[in-house]
Amino acid sequence: MILRAEWLKFRTVRGWAAGLAAAALIVIGLGCLAATSVTMSCMEGTREVDCPAPPTDSSGRSVSDRFTFVHRALDGDGSITAKVGHLDGTITYPPPGHDEIVRGVVPWAKAGLMVKDGTEPGADYAAVLVTGSHGVRMQSGFTHDKASLPVREAWLRLTRDGDDITGYASADGATWQKIETVRLDDLPPTVQIGLFVTSPNGLTVEENPQGGHAVQARWTQATAQFSRISPAGGWTSSLVGYSDYRTTWEQTHPPGHTEAGGVITVAGAGEIGLDTEGGMAVERVLTGVFAGLLPLIVVAVLCGTTEFRHRMISTTLAAMPHPARVSAAKAAVVGAVSLAAGLVAVGVTLPVATRMLRANAVVILSVSWPTMLRVALGTAVLLALAGVFAYGVGSLLRRAVPAVLAVTALLVAPPILAVTSVLPADVGAWLLRLTPAAAFAIQQSVAAYPQLSRPQTVADGYFPLPPWAGLTVLALWALAAVAAATWRLRRSAA
Amino acid sequence: MTTIEVNGLRKRFGPSVALDGMTFVVRPGHVTGFVGPNGAGKSTTLRMIVGLDRPDAGTATLGGHRYAELPCPMRHSGALLDPHALHPSRSGRNHLRWLARSQDLPDSRVDEVLSQAGLAAAGRRAAGGYSLGMRQRLGVAAALLGDPPVLLLDEPFNGLDPAGIVWMRDLLRGLAEDGRSVLVSSHLMSELQDMAAHVIVVAQGRVIADAGVDDLIGEYASLEAAYLELTAGVGGIR
Repeated sequence: MILRAEWLKFRTVRGWAAGLAAAALIVIGLGCLAATSVTMSCMEGTREVDCPAPPTDSSGRSVSDRFTFVHRALDGDGSITAKVGHLDGTITYPPPGHDEIVRGVVPWAKAGLMVKDGTEPGADYAAVLVTGSHGVRMQSGFTHDKASLPVREAWLRLTRDGDDITGYASADGATWQKIETVRLDDLPPTVQIGLFVTSPNGLTVEENPQGGHAVQARWTQATAQFSRISPAGGWTSSLVGYSDYRTTWEQTHPPGHTEAGGVITVAGAGEIGLDTEGGMAVERVLTGVFAGLLPLIVVAVLCGTTEFRHRMISTTLAAMPHPARVSAAKAAVVGAVSLAAGLVAVGVTLPVATRMLRANAVVILSVSWPTMLRVALGTAVLLALAGVFAYGVGSLLRRAVPAVLAVTALLVAPPILAVTSVLPADVGAWLLRLTPAAAFAIQQSVAAYPQLSRPQTVADGYFPLPPWAGLTVLALWALAAVAAATWRLRRSAA
Repeated sequence: MTTIEVNGLRKRFGPSVALDGMTFVVRPGHVTGFVGPNGAGKSTTLRMIVGLDRPDAGTATLGGHRYAELPCPMRHSGALLDPHALHPSRSGRNHLRWLARSQDLPDSRVDEVLSQAGLAAAGRRAAGGYSLGMRQRLGVAAALLGDPPVLLLDEPFNGLDPAGIVWMRDLLRGLAEDGRSVLVSSHLMSELQDMAAHVIVVAQGRVIADAGVDDLIGEYASLEAAYLELTAGVGGIR
């Protein structure tokens, strides 16, 4: 009965329903506006082309998957062992002069052994490898990474046993250390096994004294020598994920392999990991949520404050003399209508804006469907919790203007200040952990991983908390605000 | 047949004593006047009966039950305390509709009390445009919504035009004759003299007279004279 009364109260004030409709329309409108104004083009050498969509892995995520693979077929179970070393390479035009091509290896240059479900970019794989300066690792699934010996030259071994791939490392080829076993589900009987080398862009990050940073990237190539390979022979070389374009350096030093006296030297350039730069993150079309929150906050605050401004709270409590239940019912009504507005906003914006972007030849980074569902539903839940939080603050402070300012300052301002680098990075990161704004982490479609060689700070759009943890922070703020308002209501009604 | 029993209510607001052992009983079947100077504690007592203020000591019950314990309390007691307690952009009818929802009453009951209060036409307009008289009528409609055996009305004649005053007097008298307990606070002694059979005079947070109107008129010639005599020298606001 209390819930039905509060629901009728909400829907009989025309301005409130209009405010929520405005919130949804703003999200949709700004999303579509952004979609029409984005263009994307890529350079292939000096030629401007439509950007190619990055490959996707078996879960549907956009990935970078580019390396030189010297491989042969492996039927059923088996293994490969090799000594990997002499990691060397080329870095084009690094600072300070930016005027010469130098010899060098970037920290995440990779050389090692790999089992892969074919040579198509994005296919499942597991690899054991040495790196430029992060030691021996075992990597799989584009994001999984486990460290082993801290050396740059090592004996490596990779074995297949059904769906289980196990990596081993050894400093001397005599005593072996197991790194780990990873499971590649539904691996076919025949896979490709072999040697690989790749080298991601060399990066330099320049901190901006006004906040934020500028990232410079430069093309690099790595080479490595594989010796004492067992079993040996029968190699094919594949340039996985390469386009036809070759850099000037590659025209004289092409990617591929050479063999001399039982030693195979492999040269390659690229990255194996999540792709975050080959397209637009899907949550970018939901940036209108920041603006859409403003009318939603106003409506939700007013649901709390009007009871006091018009002294209606006496009538309310005379009809329903249960402050806690009234407070809970109001929070439920505000939460439910905000959720509905959020579902409409997200449900229209995501399909419409992404279709517009694709029509514009803009590449949108693919995400797995659970991630897509989490971004979509999570954004709607974020709006619902924002409504409950704003209602709670309004009902606690009992005055509309301070309540709207407080909620806006806590929820909307921190991510804008942090991402635009108005605040020092540390302060911004802490704000996005502690304030209700932590909830925007639920929109993060591409997570940060330490083995991806690029800055992944708040200013780059990475939230410090995992998605659901961030949303929980807002939920706790909302709960605390409603609880405090209820406590105040029980103490004094007017 | 429900009586209102107020027993030893005490309340302090900071340093000032609002209620100082307020005790009385309101019986069904007639209108009971509730009179006293401003600040004597009338409104506070009415708010305590419907559970809006908590007493420091004492009890207020309706037929032996505390108001807040009653399920659908507006079916037991209807109150007109503050005619301005409305959302200005909600219509009068919708104001009654949410109250009806809260008491599990149908919308048909809303239309009954709206026409009983003479607001059948105005009910669909936003309440923010209502005159004080119309707000009083809407407040009475809200009080009558649950067809309660007890009615509490704080200054119901304020803002009413002469026709409204006659309507209110007849309405309250009729409600009492149906066997309801009707407690009306007012400063209009002449109105009460015509309408009420019993009167409770309060000052400084306690009852100073609790008598039949006919008895007081017999003793003091008029209710007004009785009131002035009884409250002489008793300051209202301290």
